[in-house]
Amino acid sequence: MNQQNPAISKGIDWSLVGIYLLLVVIGLTAIFAATYKEGDAVIQSFLKFKTDYSKQFFFFCAALTICFFILLTDSKFFSATANLGYALGIFLLFLVFPFHSRIKGTESIIKLGAFNFQPAEFCKVFVALALAKYLSRPETDFSKTRSQLIATGIVLFPAALTILQSETGLALVFFSFFIVMYREGLPSSILLAGFAVAALIVATIVIEPNTLAIIITTIAALAIYSLRRQIRRRRRVLTTIIFFWFLCVGIQRFAVPYIFKNILQKHQVERIYDLFGKDNPYLKKGEGETVEMTAKKKESGSSYNVRQSKIAIGSGRIWGKGLLKATQTRYDFVPEQRTDFIFCTVGEGFGFLGSIVLLGLYLILLFRIVTIAERQRSTFSRCYAYGVAAVFFFHIAINVAMTVGLAPVIGIPLPFVSYGGTSLLTFSILLFILIRLDADRQMVLR
Amino acid sequence: MPVFNQSRSRIIRLIFLVAFIIIIAQLFYLQVISGKFGRLADENAILRKTIYPPRGLVLDKKKRAILNNTLTYDLMVTPAQAKGIDTAFFCRLMEIDTTEFHKRMITAIIKNSSQKPSIFEASLPPQKYARIQENLWRFQNGFYIQERPIRSYPYNAGANIMGYLGEVDTNYLKKYADAGYVSGDYAGMTGIEASYEKALMGERGVQVLIKDNFSRIQGSYESGAMDEQAVAGKNLYTSLDIELQQLGEKLMSNKVGSIVAIDPRTGSIISMVSSPTYNPGYLTGAERRKHFSELYTDPRLPLLNRAVNASYAPGSTFKTLQALVGLAEGVITTQTNFSCSGAFYGCGSGNPMGCLDPGTYHLSTGITHSCNTYFANVMQRVINNPKFPSEDSSLRNWNRYMYAFGLGHRLGVDIPTEQKGTIPTPEMFNKVYGAGRWGFCNYRSVSIGQGEVTATPLQVANEMAYIANKGWFIIPHLVDSIEGGDKFNLLDKYKVRNVPINIPDSIFEAVHDGMQGVMETGTGRGAKVPGITVCGKTGTVENYYRGVKQPNHSFFCAFAPRENPKIAIMCVVENSGRFGGTYAAPIVSLMIEKYLNDTIATNRKPLEDRMSSINLIPPLMMQKLRTKDSLQKVKEMEKELKNIKDTLQSDDNLTEAEIRAGKTKDNKPSKDIPNKKPVKTDMVPPEKQREPVGNKKDTAKR
Repeated sequence: MNQQNPAISKGIDWSLVGIYLLLVVIGLTAIFAATYKEGDAVIQSFLKFKTDYSKQFFFFCAALTICFFILLTDSKFFSATANLGYALGIFLLFLVFPFHSRIKGTESIIKLGAFNFQPAEFCKVFVALALAKYLSRPETDFSKTRSQLIATGIVLFPAALTILQSETGLALVFFSFFIVMYREGLPSSILLAGFAVAALIVATIVIEPNTLAIIITTIAALAIYSLRRQIRRRRRVLTTIIFFWFLCVGIQRFAVPYIFKNILQKHQVERIYDLFGKDNPYLKKGEGETVEMTAKKKESGSSYNVRQSKIAIGSGRIWGKGLLKATQTRYDFVPEQRTDFIFCTVGEGFGFLGSIVLLGLYLILLFRIVTIAERQRSTFSRCYAYGVAAVFFFHIAINVAMTVGLAPVIGIPLPFVSYGGTSLLTFSILLFILIRLDADRQMVLR
Repeated sequence: MPVFNQSRSRIIRLIFLVAFIIIIAQLFYLQVISGKFGRLADENAILRKTIYPPRGLVLDKKKRAILNNTLTYDLMVTPAQAKGIDTAFFCRLMEIDTTEFHKRMITAIIKNSSQKPSIFEASLPPQKYARIQENLWRFQNGFYIQERPIRSYPYNAGANIMGYLGEVDTNYLKKYADAGYVSGDYAGMTGIEASYEKALMGERGVQVLIKDNFSRIQGSYESGAMDEQAVAGKNLYTSLDIELQQLGEKLMSNKVGSIVAIDPRTGSIISMVSSPTYNPGYLTGAERRKHFSELYTDPRLPLLNRAVNASYAPGSTFKTLQALVGLAEGVITTQTNFSCSGAFYGCGSGNPMGCLDPGTYHLSTGITHSCNTYFANVMQRVINNPKFPSEDSSLRNWNRYMYAFGLGHRLGVDIPTEQKGTIPTPEMFNKVYGAGRWGFCNYRSVSIGQGEVTATPLQVANEMAYIANKGWFIIPHLVDSIEGGDKFNLLDKYKVRNVPINIPDSIFEAVHDGMQGVMETGTGRGAKVPGITVCGKTGTVENYYRGVKQPNHSFFCAFAPRENPKIAIMCVVENSGRFGGTYAAPIVSLMIEKYLNDTIATNRKPLEDRMSSINLIPPLMMQKLRTKDSLQKVKEMEKELKNIKDTLQSDDNLTEAEIRAGKTKDNKPSKDIPNKKPVKTDMVPPEKQREPVGNKKDTAKR
């Protein structure tokens, strides 16, 4: 169809479209493998949209239709309506609070007839556009702290709303937009500081508190000793070192325990500790839990998911067991295997090589988006492209890391592959807006 | 805007790349390096289900199955799928109330989770089975009926021979570690079931199945490519005559004792009765445990296979062997005479050994009249034979004969835990009296089969086979051949003729003469079998229980026909009183008649009926039985009192006497308490209940 209409197809990056189609097909296959039961009437159930793979195919068709219309849209439309879209997104997020329906412990879903609509998922599109819009304003000077704070605000406001809906995983996605800001000139030191804090938090979990305090103090003392000459000349260095020492110990002794105890929910803390193979020390002893109960809970909790997921992926070995011979994913040993743990199906069915192929496709997709971003003349397009890359990267990395036991279990889908209408639509729209913008890369958008 | 931060795109790409490399490294570890996940996945999803082959059958000499397999039906329930059924209707079908229904459901869920099937009721009785089967469609998915093979005994006889199956315990598993048993399996514990376990069990198969996260079976793995077929157990062919066995058990009903019949030509056991016996079907099916403990605690010891596990002083039946030894040693001839004036004075007059028929006897007549003095003299000559330097060596020489005859050691019959019996040895006497401080007179009663000598009924029967064969025997055995060949070499020793000592045929002829005389003019003359020349020997065995003299055991052993022996048989009736000829001899004569003529003559039917109906349970046992019953009564009474108290939950308000008086009868849960009658004050049960014999019903049936 596109070939027949050169006006639309002109300038479209077909490689992205190709990768997109490949990934969706892989996703459909994986969902089929995970949910097909022996003796199912495939064609019949497919036509009746009763099974998950046929539903996903239906969502795919819907996504293609919407994407077609996106390609028909003038690219100026996106930059022009970015702020409006952001307002709409925030409005929808607020709408969740009175109208959400209770599904599986989340409070982020609005039921619209037969559809479950999750604004937090969809909001990513609006935030990406709005951030791009703000950064591309001619009056924005991103080297100023004020602008940086405003940009941060644009990103974190919906994140805060999402946390309030008990969707910590989806909220964390918004942090990926810092990559965009970094590209646009956010000081490296902030990024480094971010990493440092992350490292400190991990250290807090892994290392015993007093030992860690001693380690930090030792590092501070060594720093003072090695920098004694500078200190003699400039008192400020000493103050800085002492300030950082104080900050580190403060985070380690007070901030992290406070967050784990009071802000995060119990199961989330548990998941984080499970990841490092540790027991959650913040569980109060008096809560009527015996050792056996804790052990039993571990069996059925998130560590069970991860263990089963690792078993499924690990048993795939190099070549995989074959599409319908994967025992672990076919017989429901891995929970949530159609959605968040869909990577297990690939890992078990197609082995290490299959996993590499899928991850390779994703990496090509990400690099291609970065390349496309860099060739944009308009800052808006570039920022948006980086936004898309950042969101994809975060989803892919965290999702796969979670299934192989490298990241805590936070429920975020694998782009284009996981089962789920909203996520497929969101990612498709994200990608096709980019394709549309890229098609008009010669234009400078404001 | 100028692209002043372009270099940062490279850093961003680097971040992407590093993250992917870390993930791929972890994937590499999981999928390529670590091998444990494949195993863990198999543990998750693969179920190796053992397929139990049917056990082998046991066939009698006419190739009738006397130990068979049959199916029993268990009603299974999968609690998760049994929701929404018409519980009231179901309970009516099952004859239970809804409380019981819920109790069983909860038990099932606790045992096997609500996703997996558990037994709702084991071994459905036929009527219930039919009723449920008809209505099963109403409870689809939730309930189904599962067949389970159990052992069956079409002739309801030979419990002591067949033995029973039992669940293997840890010791058994340790002992037969490489036989592939797992806990929960059943294996033969006694009798043929145990001796031929290897052949009977067959080879187990394996079915490899796939299960899901709730351990529900999802189908076969790799379409059954890894399955192993089960091989059925091998059938055992015996020479048992099941009709003869039934007759024997009938004749021995209400008596304690044993009958063993051997075909002397082959050593095959034709019949082996141990009484009291039990319905072999008791130890199969759902109530196995309950019945087992009933049998186990019965003071008449029905689980004891007296044919091989009990040893008795052989009494006068032992005299035939003494005659053989005397002749073989040359200390007497067939014409040697000894006279008996009423007692044996060979050991001085102070302590004479009584004799029943005074007179003068040679060998044959000595046997015929069972003359004690005669055989005391014979053995005295054997022991005091000047050929030997000391009594030690002469007794040892005598022992040699006894061992050769199969006494004093295990014969090697194919039933486990056979008893040895005892034969006095010099060592034994040295221990008791001190070396050199004993002589023949200390054990002269051995010469007539009393005192220090004991033998199992099987040994005595084998003795008869030896005498019938004139000098050889084949170790008695039940199983002649195994279907498909004797792969485990279980039968090798039953193919060999044992010729222990060379004794000329003429000596045997003399003994046979004497034994024939027993039947014609001697102590066994009341047990003649019309038309058959039987050689027999009676025995009347004195015995003591804790120093108290008990009624005599009645012994009889025989072989027939004399010219061409086809059956060697012995019978013991414990503590029957009277003589060997009174009870044991008629029983043996009926057995011989049945075996050789295949039927019992009409004019002998009354004898058969009389013998079967006589009750000779020893008084001592009756005493114990009564004690046990009253003990049980007391226990039940106490339990009942406790139950009543539990329901009331106020011990203080009601005195025991009030409870006894039955004031609270309405309050107690009547269903759960056995024997819910108000407790009587008399401790001795009424006459009718004194013999609540566990297998009364069955013995009546036979």
